[in-house]
Amino acid sequence: MPGSPADPPPSGATLAISEAGGATVLRFAGTLDSVASGTLWLRATRAAAGKPAVVLDLAQLAGCDTTGAALLAELAESDGAEIRAAGPQVQALLDRVQAIGPAPPPPAPPALTWREVLRGGLVAALGGVAFLGETLVALVRLPARARQFRRADLLRTADQAGVQAVPLIVLLGTLMGLILAFQSLVPMQRFGADIFVANLVAISLIRELGPLLAAVILAGRTGSAFAAEIGTMKVNQEIDALATMDIDPVTMLVLPRMLAAMLVMPALTVLLEMSGLLGMTLVMVGAGYPPVTVANQVAQWVQPADFFGGLSKAVVFGAVVAGIGCRAGLATGNGPRAVGLSATSAVVGGIVATIVLDGLFAVVFYRLGI
Amino acid sequence: MDQPTPEPAIIINGVTQQFGPRVIFQDVSCTIARGEVFVILGGSGCGKSTLLRQIVGLLPPSAGSITVLGHDMYAGRGDVLTRIGVMFQAGALFGSMTLLENVMLPLQVYTDLPEAACARVAQVKLSLVGLGDFGRLMPAEISGGMAKRAAIARALALDPPLLFLDEPSAGLDPITSAGIDQLILDLRRDLGTTFVLVTHELASILAIADRCLMLDRTAKGVIAEGDPRVLRDESTHPTVRAFFRREAEQLPAEPAKAAAA
Repeated sequence: MPGSPADPPPSGATLAISEAGGATVLRFAGTLDSVASGTLWLRATRAAAGKPAVVLDLAQLAGCDTTGAALLAELAESDGAEIRAAGPQVQALLDRVQAIGPAPPPPAPPALTWREVLRGGLVAALGGVAFLGETLVALVRLPARARQFRRADLLRTADQAGVQAVPLIVLLGTLMGLILAFQSLVPMQRFGADIFVANLVAISLIRELGPLLAAVILAGRTGSAFAAEIGTMKVNQEIDALATMDIDPVTMLVLPRMLAAMLVMPALTVLLEMSGLLGMTLVMVGAGYPPVTVANQVAQWVQPADFFGGLSKAVVFGAVVAGIGCRAGLATGNGPRAVGLSATSAVVGGIVATIVLDGLFAVVFYRLGI
Repeated sequence: MDQPTPEPAIIINGVTQQFGPRVIFQDVSCTIARGEVFVILGGSGCGKSTLLRQIVGLLPPSAGSITVLGHDMYAGRGDVLTRIGVMFQAGALFGSMTLLENVMLPLQVYTDLPEAACARVAQVKLSLVGLGDFGRLMPAEISGGMAKRAAIARALALDPPLLFLDEPSAGLDPITSAGIDQLILDLRRDLGTTFVLVTHELASILAIADRCLMLDRTAKGVIAEGDPRVLRDESTHPTVRAFFRREAEQLPAEPAKAAAA
């Protein structure tokens, strides 16, 4: 084996500090490796700081690594420093480290002004509008790009966003109905109006809470998954690969996911509402009302317009949550951290957009007398 | 730097790896001496990176044992992981840290160096691989070759006596690649570092390797071991000759097509 070195010397170094001839003498012995340098660094640099003359006596130093050489270089930078009796291995590393010099100071973190913050917000909003436009254009052009639309992706996404969400939807829906009914029952009983708890919960669930809660679950489960999946594709240059094949990423990746979300959201909403009504019925039965009474009460008060209004909201919520998740994925920067940020923005954006839209729907339904 | 011990740096004894019924390689044995530059090579899918993962403690072998710096890697390996450095094929830099912070991390965890000293040492390491001016960049902002070099700098952070480099030159320009070869030789000379490399770069292998171990997918094991220059000139094994002379081997037919034929 050419140039095979002997086994390295043992780890560990000592430092003796003394004064001689008006100079501070730092006498190193042993092997100045990373761990030993860490132990001696502060002591050595403090001993040399502000001294007019410093002598580094390295006669007893058997060897060092680059961290040890960095310590010696740091000490040798002070005015009037002198290195004595460095061995060839120490000297070679010291020369290399001294040639590199100290690390540059870290740059000051960029300070954002209000104008920059507002500009960033405006750019993001315009990006959202542009994405909406791209999606509509892709939808219009879909017949001409039918081969780019992968039905398998649509079914897979529908399974992931819909079928696999069923247990969670049933659990949360039932609990929501139970909690709403129980919390309403106590005050309503004081006025002898406890039978109307069925009306209250049914209307709340079918008009508002059903679509809203289903959309929140979709944003948490599926919107974030869309953002992470597409974001990882972006980081791995798979989106670039699609572009070089003249395949529209919106047609291939966004449309199947949005359509799948729009398809499964009404089903999830109905399931959540049924689960909630079941939970409410359990509470009412516990309060002494037979199930048929509860069912009659609900049937009398809930109109078809309430049910279909809720379903129409669910379809829109599905499209918005999926669109925001896909957009967050496509806007992902570089690196794994960017994927995490995209997933977060998909969830937050999806929930906020859902609640804002729900408010808008309330105004529109009121104006339309629904 | 490491305590002197009479043992070799690495002892691989009868190592086998299989995933379910699929045998990757079997009964691989070799010894790597301290201060040696040792290359694991072979065609795609022969198990080079698998063997490397076994040696660094990430994948317990199906059979056999691996001793690194005197410690069995899968039975009481002690602090041996602080005395090895590993550069992964794609760099594996931490995306939420700058390059400088990536290199500083082992120093901050395993030494008592003050922050400024860690930064200085990390700057030295980055400069050694030609990235002295890029320490403030994030991994997402640099090229694949730069990420690879930054990963080498991180592996060097504690000046470990044993360094594992998975494809250190792949994707790098010849000048940078030669610079890394020179860095390996310099570190071996100055610090006595032992290097284990997985690489296909013939120029690098012939320039820096003391010995190499050649795995083969068909043989499911070692087909050659020794000085690469001697293997190139004297080996009679057809795969070894083809590898060193860059001769094309017929690609294996797809199983379905082969069955149909």
